[in-house]
Amino acid sequence: MSLLEIRNLSVSFGGSPVVDGLDLSLEAGEVLAVVGESGSGKSVSMLALMGLIDPPGQVSADALRFAGQDLLALTPRARRRIVGKDIAMVFQDPSSALNPSYTVGFQIEEVLRQHLGLRGKAARRRATELLERVEIPAAARRLDAYPHQLSGGMAQRVAIAMAIAGEPRLLIADEPTTALDVTIQAQIMALLLDLQREQDMALLLISHDLAVVAESARRVCVMYAGQAVELGTLPALFEAPAHPYSEALLAAIPQPGQTRLHSLPGMVPGRFDRPAGCLLAPRCPYAQPRCAERPALAPSRLGMVRCFFPLNQEAP
Amino acid sequence: MSIVLRARELTRHYPVSRGLLHRPALVRALNGVSFDLAAGRTLAVVGESGCGKSTLARALTLIEKPDAGSLEIAGRDALVHDRELRRDVQMVFQNPYASLNPRQKILDQLAEPLRNFTSLSRAERRERVLAMLERVGLRPEHAWRYPHMFSGGQRQRIAIARAMMPNPRVLVADEPTSALDVSIQAQVLNLFQDLQAEYATAYVFISHNLAVVRHLAHEVLVMYLGRAVESGPTERLYARPLHPYTRSLLAATPSLPPDPQRQRIPLVGELPDPLNPPAGCAFHTRCPYATERCRAERPELRELDGRQVACHHAELLG
Repeated sequence: MSLLEIRNLSVSFGGSPVVDGLDLSLEAGEVLAVVGESGSGKSVSMLALMGLIDPPGQVSADALRFAGQDLLALTPRARRRIVGKDIAMVFQDPSSALNPSYTVGFQIEEVLRQHLGLRGKAARRRATELLERVEIPAAARRLDAYPHQLSGGMAQRVAIAMAIAGEPRLLIADEPTTALDVTIQAQIMALLLDLQREQDMALLLISHDLAVVAESARRVCVMYAGQAVELGTLPALFEAPAHPYSEALLAAIPQPGQTRLHSLPGMVPGRFDRPAGCLLAPRCPYAQPRCAERPALAPSRLGMVRCFFPLNQEAP
Repeated sequence: MSIVLRARELTRHYPVSRGLLHRPALVRALNGVSFDLAAGRTLAVVGESGCGKSTLARALTLIEKPDAGSLEIAGRDALVHDRELRRDVQMVFQNPYASLNPRQKILDQLAEPLRNFTSLSRAERRERVLAMLERVGLRPEHAWRYPHMFSGGQRQRIAIARAMMPNPRVLVADEPTSALDVSIQAQVLNLFQDLQAEYATAYVFISHNLAVVRHLAHEVLVMYLGRAVESGPTERLYARPLHPYTRSLLAATPSLPPDPQRQRIPLVGELPDPLNPPAGCAFHTRCPYATERCRAERPELRELDGRQVACHHAELLG
């Protein structure tokens, strides 16, 4: 049984869909990357899973199961016992994810108190261990620091310490390194993967940068304008992308010796001006008359693809 | 090739107040940076946050004059003739949501440099604006719209168009694509290249994205705590970095397809406190090759293997 199973998840605001029929499953201990540009729905779908979409946003799904439990059937109270403990999340901007008015130690101990019932000295000791685990130097002293006293990289380490405090079985990291320098980015990615292996935790990496996830994930889901357009394994998806959008994303990354970058014309359609047929059709170099219909996600040679005319389908 | 930008020992220090009882401390944000840039060429400035790359951009565009050193633009001393040279250096900023005036139509924002720097009539200015909009891939009717009606990528095109209006000799771009999605980034990078081919503008391109830098730049200047640690032709630096810091930056950059040969030596620690920089070589606290000499003596930039490098042990790394 999968650790996480999402079937036909849709999220809409004011009647227009932001996420449209997303299917995703994740095994225990697996690393999955969800890749897409702004407006692709990758963050919103994960917020919906965490139960963090407030009205007027509407969430519907055929199934939203975590470790066999139906998240949709749970009371908000029961759901909160899972979210933050068994499913934890790390956000893009660590300085806004932490509360500026409380010390780092207080915020970590709050998680320990809430989810594990640890108090006083025991909580303090565990918080120190957690900061040591995320490789913060002089951990015991750092517990008394306020978020503004930390660099971006250190603040992200604290956010990770808070996320793993409840020993989650699934960690969702939403662009965890986008706000950081490249050297710190490498350190944080290495830390996340270490933790994932050590605690046999499933890791769901959300990113707009294919290169960042290429070295860590085994499976990738590419999203475009609220839909999954391709599901595949690595490195196969990079070598032979089936969806024209995956191909375009890869071609937009500068490679040595290239004089001009390939780029799709135009931009991702907003939620009010999505075409009736295939969402990519107006920008797609391979579009045909049939693309005026909406394709379904169907099996391809190496994964799943939402395209009538997938690329790279002949075996090499 | 004509040198349009010649910087020598550019220095900019900021006093930082430490309260009533202490003397203000000094952040040496820019500490003696020199380079030459020819027309039609691109120099990329790379380094982590806090290395002084944005301070360099502010000094080059005369937004903040350097405290010491000399700056020549098109053969004239920029610190003396700054008013006349302003039209020759233009800038594109990182965040296109903050760099355009939300209350002004695009037409007026793009015509403003012409109003300041030329004696063109209103009709002529309008004609130039419409031509430039088309040049950057927008439509004429966009001139009568306001910035909020555009996406991030389109706004960055507008910002580039505005910078190009007075036909500058030097364009300084501070992280111009880091707020954009990859596919839009590709469009904007292509636009930068097309404009350079057409107008032979010299670019100073500030970026932390080393893949983008390799694609766009002819030369690279690597900065660490306000100083240049290595500079030279792009391909030479990428093929064989001689400074351990350049090497760590390249090693930390993920590539596609993933390179199994890539040395995964993530740099330990973070940038030291700029108020209290390490003695000797500023990089020695994070350098795997540091020796006693590095802790005591600051290495000067020197010529080696067709580039400048500031490291005592550069030969060992080659």
